[in-house]
Parts: sequence; C-alpha cells; structure tokens
Amino acid sequence: MRKKEMLAMLLAGGQGSRLGVLTKNKAKPAVSFGGKYRIIDFPMSNCINSGVDTVGVLTQYQPLQLNRHIGIGIPWDLDRKKGGVTILAPHMKDGEAEGHWYSGTANAIYQNIHFIDAYNPTYVLIISGDHIYKMDYSRMLAFHKKNNCDATIAVLEVPIEEADRFGIMNADVDDKIYEFEEKPPQPKSNLASMGIYIFTWDVLRAALREADKIHDDLDFGKHIIPMFLEQGQALYAYRFKDYWKDVGTIDSYWSANMELTKAVPEFNLYEDFAKIYTSSDHQPPQFTGPDADVKTSLLSEGCEVFGSVYNSTLGPGVRVEGGAVIRDSIIMEGCVIGENSVIDRCIIDENSIIGKNVKMGMGENVPNKLKPQVYDTGISVIGEASVVPDGVTIGKNCVIHGVTLPEHYESARLESGETIELDGEGML
Amino acid sequence: MKAVGIILAGGNNDKLRELTEARATSAMPVGSCYRAIDFSLSNMSNSGINKVAIITQYNSRSLHDHLNSSKWWGFGSKSGGMFVLAPFLSRDNNFWFRGTADSIYQNIAFLQRSNEPYCIITSGDGIYKMDYSDVIDFHIEKNADITIVCKDMKGMDVVNFGVVDLDEDGRVTEFEEKPLEAFSSTISLGIYVIKRELLIELLETIVPEGRYNFVRDIVVRYRKRLNICGFMYDGYWASINSVESYYNINMDFLREDVRNAFFARGPYIETKAKDEPPAKYNANSQVKNCLIGSGSIVDGTVEDSVLFRRVRIGEKARIGNSIIMEGCDIGNGCVVEYAILDKDVTLSGGQIVRGEPGNLKIIKKNSFL
Repeated sequence: MRKKEMLAMLLAGGQGSRLGVLTKNKAKPAVSFGGKYRIIDFPMSNCINSGVDTVGVLTQYQPLQLNRHIGIGIPWDLDRKKGGVTILAPHMKDGEAEGHWYSGTANAIYQNIHFIDAYNPTYVLIISGDHIYKMDYSRMLAFHKKNNCDATIAVLEVPIEEADRFGIMNADVDDKIYEFEEKPPQPKSNLASMGIYIFTWDVLRAALREADKIHDDLDFGKHIIPMFLEQGQALYAYRFKDYWKDVGTIDSYWSANMELTKAVPEFNLYEDFAKIYTSSDHQPPQFTGPDADVKTSLLSEGCEVFGSVYNSTLGPGVRVEGGAVIRDSIIMEGCVIGENSVIDRCIIDENSIIGKNVKMGMGENVPNKLKPQVYDTGISVIGEASVVPDGVTIGKNCVIHGVTLPEHYESARLESGETIELDGEGML
Repeated sequence: MKAVGIILAGGNNDKLRELTEARATSAMPVGSCYRAIDFSLSNMSNSGINKVAIITQYNSRSLHDHLNSSKWWGFGSKSGGMFVLAPFLSRDNNFWFRGTADSIYQNIAFLQRSNEPYCIITSGDGIYKMDYSDVIDFHIEKNADITIVCKDMKGMDVVNFGVVDLDEDGRVTEFEEKPLEAFSSTISLGIYVIKRELLIELLETIVPEGRYNFVRDIVVRYRKRLNICGFMYDGYWASINSVESYYNINMDFLREDVRNAFFARGPYIETKAKDEPPAKYNANSQVKNCLIGSGSIVDGTVEDSVLFRRVRIGEKARIGNSIIMEGCDIGNGCVVEYAILDKDVTLSGGQIVRGEPGNLKIIKKNSFL
C-alpha cells in the first residue's frame, strides 16, 4: 500500500456526561452545534482541509448516531479508495477470552496499532471529537518536522488565573516542553494542552507497546506524555492562537452557540476557505413566513418559521408555528414548536415536539434537583425525540426526556429544577 | 430496475433573455437551492432508476459543473451511473444534435448497451415531483408502445404546449405542438415511457430519413400506427419557458401547498452539496414571506422574494418581489423590486433596481452596479 505521511486518529468515544440528557443517546461528538453541524464536523473538516485523507474514528459510547452521521465520509470527501474514514470500534483479538473496551485515550490507539500500521505512516495525528475550532494540521506537522520532534502538542494560551483547570505545558524559550502538569494548583505557565498531538509513529508505537503492559487505563496526558518527558524524547508545544472552544458543559455549549448569532462572531463560519462540512440528507430551502419575525439568529435549511425567533439557532427542518416566540435558545434538527408557545433559554434536542401554548424557561433560577452540577445556569433541556403536551408551563433548569403526557405535569406545571425522564419512551 | 432514463438537457430558450446567455435552461437556478435539472434527476433516482443519460448541448459548461459528481443524486453504483453525453465529432459524424430524436440517436450506444426493457425520457427543465415507476406500471398495464404523461391544465391557456386529446381508454387520439387553437385542455408534460428496443428501432428508421424531432417525427407521426397512451398526472408541474414562467415558478415556492408537495415528506429533491453555513438573520433584519438560501446574511428588509445561497443584504436595503441568485451582494440602502438578479451581482450602496409586474428587471450575471 502507498505510504501515508500522516493519518489521523479521532477519539470519539467519550460520553460527555456534563452535557446531561443531550448525550444520553449519543456520544458527545454527535451532538448538534451551530444549527446544522455536529461537533465532530469540526475536526473531520479540519482533517480534509489540512490534506489528511485517512481518518480512523474511535467510537465506544453510544456510537449509532455517530456512525449514521459519518456514513462512508461523503460530506468530508473521505469516501476514498485508499484511506478515507474508518470507524474503529473495540473488537476482540486473537487469543483473548473476552474483548476489551477502550480503557483510556492511548489504550484506544494501542488497540488499533494494526490499523495504523497498514498505512505505514511516518506521523500520526491524535485529535478528539469534542472541540469547536478550525485548525490547519499541516502547519502543525511542518512545525513538528522542523523541530525534529518526537511529539508535538497543540497548546492554547489561556488566562493564567484559569490555568488550573487545564493540563499545562511548561516549556523553554524554544517551546520545548520540559514538564507537564495536569490541573496544577500553582500553574507555572499558561500553555494549556488542547488534546491535539502529532507523534512520530515509530516512537509512539514503541511507547504504546511498552506502557500498555504497565497501565491498564493508558492515557496520553496521564501516562504517555510523562513517559516521553522521562525518557528525554523531543516534545514541543505548538502555539495555536485562534478560536478553540471546549463545549463540555450545558452552559459553555449554550454560550458558544449563542455567540455564533452575533453580527461578527469570534468564530466565523462564513469564510470561503476551510469550510466546515456536514452530512445533510436533503436540503429543502428555508422559508420565513408572512408574519414571522427573525432577528439575530441562525436558521438552517428546511426550517419553516411562522412565529418569532430571537437570538437563537435552529437546526435543519425545524418548524416554528404562528405566534410562537423563541428566545436565546437552541432548537435542533426536526423539532416542531407549536402555536403561541414561548421558549426562553432552552435547548431542545432533535426531533422533539413542543405542543401549543407551552411556556418554557419561566420562573426562578433553581438548580436541577437531581443533577445540580449539570443544570444550574437557568437553561432547561429537552432530550431527543421528546414530546411536551399543549398548555404546560415549564421552569428553569428543568429536564424532560420522553413522550410526556398532561398527567406528568401537576396542574400543568413543571417547577424550576424538576426532571421528567421516561425511560424507553421517545427513544430512536 | 426496469428502465433507463434519458434527460434531454440540451435545450435553450431565448424567451429567458439574458438568463440563458450563459447557461442551459436545465441549469436555471430554482427555489433557493436547486437547479432545474435536480427535479428530473431526483425523480429518476427516487423512482429506482439507476442508470441515466443526460444529453447536453447548448451552453453546457454550467450544467456540467453542476453535474460534477453523480453521488449527490445517488447514481454512483456499479450497475448504473450517470452518463453526461455531449455532442462529439467522429469520422462519420460532425453534426451538432439536430433535434431531440437525433440527440438520442447519436448516443444510441447508451441504449444498445443497456438491458432494461423500458426507457423513460424527460426534459431537464420541468419542475415537479413524480414517481416514474407509476408511469411504467401504467405503461405495462396498458400494453402501450409509448406512454405520454399528461396534465389537465383546466382553463389555462395551453397554446404554447403540446396539446393532446385522449379517448376514454386513455389512448392518445390527437397531438399537436403549439396549436393555433387548443382542442383540449390536456397537455403533454414531455415525459415519455417507451420500450427501449422500440425506441432504437424508431430512431434507426427516422433519423436516416432526415427526421430529427422526437415529438414531431415519432409521437405525432406514429400516433395512429402505435398504441400511444396518456398517463394523467395531477400534482404540481411547471416548466421553465419564459422569464415570466421562471419568475412564477420561484414565487410558487412561497405557497404552502407547493412547498408541502415538494418538501413535507420524502423522497426529496437532491442537489449538489454546497456546504454553506445556516442563513444568518442580523439584529435589524425584517424578512417576510421569503425563501432564504443557506450562507446568506440579512441585515435589511426582504419581502415576498426568493434568495439563493450566499446572498448578502445590507443594512436598510429593501428587497421585494424579486429573485436574488447565489452570491449576490446588495449594498446598504439599496432598493430592489420586481427584479431578477443573476448570480454574483453586486449592488453598491443606495442602488435602485426597479421593475414592475409583467416587466421584470433582469440584471446580468457578474454585473456591478
């Protein structure tokens, strides 16, 4: 087989549990973003825009939606005869009595050494499907080659007072890394790891084989990087100065979406170069009705709006009936918002139906009673394929998942902080 | 599958004025994100036809550009495919296509190398959604030689169409192209089903006789000898044959019944992927009764209009009753009414483009005002 200079391994197996009900039925990389996209579209598009045409996508947690979205890679031009996209799920190997899940980020790569070897690459790019950014990996590779690195880690300069939330690289003047500290209480630098690595493959390969014998949850940050430092490998920090967002919490996810609706957002989707690609099954035009009012919003293909939409993002095929008012909300693909309903600061996951005269996001900002650490910023979240009956009023930090009926609501109300999760119903 | 498809996309229509100066009628942009040919091409694919020939001739560059890959319409299979056939020179042939029948005849190898029993022929400028397998089933049931898809236009002026008369069995008894006086309100939609071998035989008979027109020299001339039947269709159908019809077709998409007919349920009309971000409505936008293409950014007022992809509407600009094609940039404070702006038109701030109903103003592609 022809040699590939660099192939990408995209870690897409994470649950993203701080996104609550949004990741109940799908992995975090499959969560919608910016109207028509899913989070994984950003690293996938970055790959092809950087000339990386061989991508292994490592899946584990709830992969079905992700698999459907990726298909054979057509939207990203990754439907190739040689290379292209390959979904890599955990699998049994010869001599094993039972299979092994991917126990850590580096273990997942270790378990797919044969896949990588088949392309005989010189370099391997390790990325995750969790972040929103545009990056030209070929420039990072040029940096890697110029410095004769064994490993290059992309870093972002974060405000020093926030550095204790990140994995911090301490580097010398040439950006050669001499120390790595995970969430240091007293950070010595502000270079935060973005979880994007380029490794020289034979060096990484040897390290994986050695370290996987020692650790049963082999992880890049915890084990491989410290091991490289200990063994004196050439590790460099590649400074990235553009937009990069971890949308790992309900609030950061919501804010990043809202930011896109601004007149001049920090992250520009409207450039003609380095486009972000996504799978769209069909693309009927977007219709805005005679009595509609839409301001400061993103509307995807196939939306039909007869009501009002302010400061919101609408995914493909959303229908907003007459008299409905949507404010500061994220409405994902295929949802229907019934007549005269008011939606305030909500996230409504795909294919949900909100009845008529529903009011959502009303009342006091009381944190969610079951998961106060997930839902505490006033945003109510409706899970995938849910139904909210006509005429109910829903508070803040509420969670609803499933086909709910009027009897699930006491006096047609769901107070702030309450949850209705009906298992097994309304699932895809 | 039982049939191969042929889409006649070579035509041009000078009634479309400047709009077809640089493109074939089949490549006319329609409904915010489509090209006319997407409709017949998607119908083919959605009807289970997996081998289709597209015959092009006039101004075919933009059409070929649109058809750069068969995968958007699902024709990328080993057993089928999308064949774009343009005129070519050979030792014994140096003609352009001399007519619709001749254009098929010159590509007769496509028919000879197929083994599907039927052939469905359509033009590339019809806007409709149809399951051709219903027509083929009808054709088989009627044991017809040729089936013509027909529509009763009920009171509309039909003298610019092929007018047909059917007997009670559905057999075509009369067919006249653009009659002086219409003898019926039923028209041919230019969609035909014919046995593949019969088509080869007819073409090999008529073309050497110097007859090159499918309608005149096969359908009309053979209407008494062959069993020609009419399949009645009553859904939405329109074809692009003048500036007015082009404008009306686009405005039809603002009607709920028309949108529902095309978009409410699958199968859907497919088009080439353009990967534009969602349409963006800024703080002062006022949009009423419009289609807005993806990648567009609206700051001004847009009413009763169809915007294609990547259109910019500047602050305090006012657009009404107009078609704004892909890539247009409308500066601040512009006024556009009853106009068709072709692709990539730039209006600098304060420009006024004003047509009137029945006399639309057309701004040519790439113009800068």
